Amino acid sequence: MHEMSLCEGILQVIEAESARQGFNKVKTVWLEIGDLSGVEIESMRFCYDAVTRNSLAQGSSLNIINLPGQAWCMQCSKAVNVKQRFDECPDCGSYQLQVTSGDEMRIKELEVE
Amino acid sequence: MCTVCGCGEGESRIEGQATDHSHDHDHDHPHTHDHPHSHDHDHAHTHNHDGDHHHYGHGPAHAHAPGMSQTRMVQIEQDILGKNNEYAQANRKLFGSRGMLTLNLVSSPGSGKTSLLTRTLSDLKQELSLAVIEGDQETSNDAERIRATGVSAIQINTGKGCHLDAHQIGHAVEQLNPQQRSVLFIENVGNLVCPAAFDLGEASKVAILSITEGEDKPIKYPDMFHAADLLLLNKIDLLPYLNFDIDQCIEYARRVNPGIQILQVSATTGAGMQDWYEWIRLARQTRLIGYKPQQATAASTPAR
Repeated sequence: MHEMSLCEGILQVIEAESARQGFNKVKTVWLEIGDLSGVEIESMRFCYDAVTRNSLAQGSSLNIINLPGQAWCMQCSKAVNVKQRFDECPDCGSYQLQVTSGDEMRIKELEVE
Repeated sequence: MCTVCGCGEGESRIEGQATDHSHDHDHDHPHTHDHPHSHDHDHAHTHNHDGDHHHYGHGPAHAHAPGMSQTRMVQIEQDILGKNNEYAQANRKLFGSRGMLTLNLVSSPGSGKTSLLTRTLSDLKQELSLAVIEGDQETSNDAERIRATGVSAIQINTGKGCHLDAHQIGHAVEQLNPQQRSVLFIENVGNLVCPAAFDLGEASKVAILSITEGEDKPIKYPDMFHAADLLLLNKIDLLPYLNFDIDQCIEYARRVNPGIQILQVSATTGAGMQDWYEWIRLARQTRLIGYKPQQATAASTPAR
């Protein structure tokens, strides 16, 4: 997807929070990114460094918590892991899957000073 | 607003007017939407509590940083697209308060979205109260095509943007002021990627795929077909002249979204259009279940 602007969105949230919660420097950022969110992690890291330069998050480290893609298989009646939206069920091969999680893109928490 | 695709913030215009509340801010200013502005406040208050949990004001020293006296942990728990979602919730509330059905029409450029829409409007305008928000990067050509049908329309130009966002829709709705029990069509920018991620507050996304495109579009752009409730296969009158495998296309669409409903239509000949109208009527009926009409005075002022 468009990681540069996702990183800009992260910085916007951080800046808004710094005003609200009174911190001036961010040391670490934890993100939760799902396997089905379409985010390229390597690209995200590269962009993060570029976007946070000369900001309160300059030099901060980016920790990405990966959340697996999960779906409900209607044939097997159980939750299964998927890598992409159009994956088949790993057990029965059916495409009758309803994705239940894995499209998260969240800022979880910050270490600040 | 756009955090997904790098759309320039402050670039968008509604009928030629900038959407940044006429403040002379630099376009790159990160706080364009944080002005002390009544609708901003409503959103924050209404939605932060019942949606995501924000643990503001929690003291220092979360478990992650033991022994680091200068540092503290701050819980954020915010969606990267959270701001858009707040605006979308406010839109949804407004639509609900007026008993409106709002449909977000998404497709690639050239799928025949505007032709399909103008035919729909011409055929339904006697029966239903209709309104349209048109999204395009530039020009108001589409809004003019819509207005030629006699239905009120408003054009949003996204400038560098590749999709509509909920904030633009909120302002367009203020200006358009749709009637109670009306059907609002939002014709999104022709793009099968970014609009999937941006909730506008609509009841349903309707994807339009013309059979002059490839049958594998649903698996090439899975997020969009996953997000849609209805797929209209348009230009079905051209089937005899094309190598388009309809069954394969439907099978691909069901792979990414087992619950998607699929109708075959032609905006040119009118084939299948009655099914689409019936879908609209029934979707509108479900919006009106439990709907309590507002007082006549409230209908003319935005409920925010």
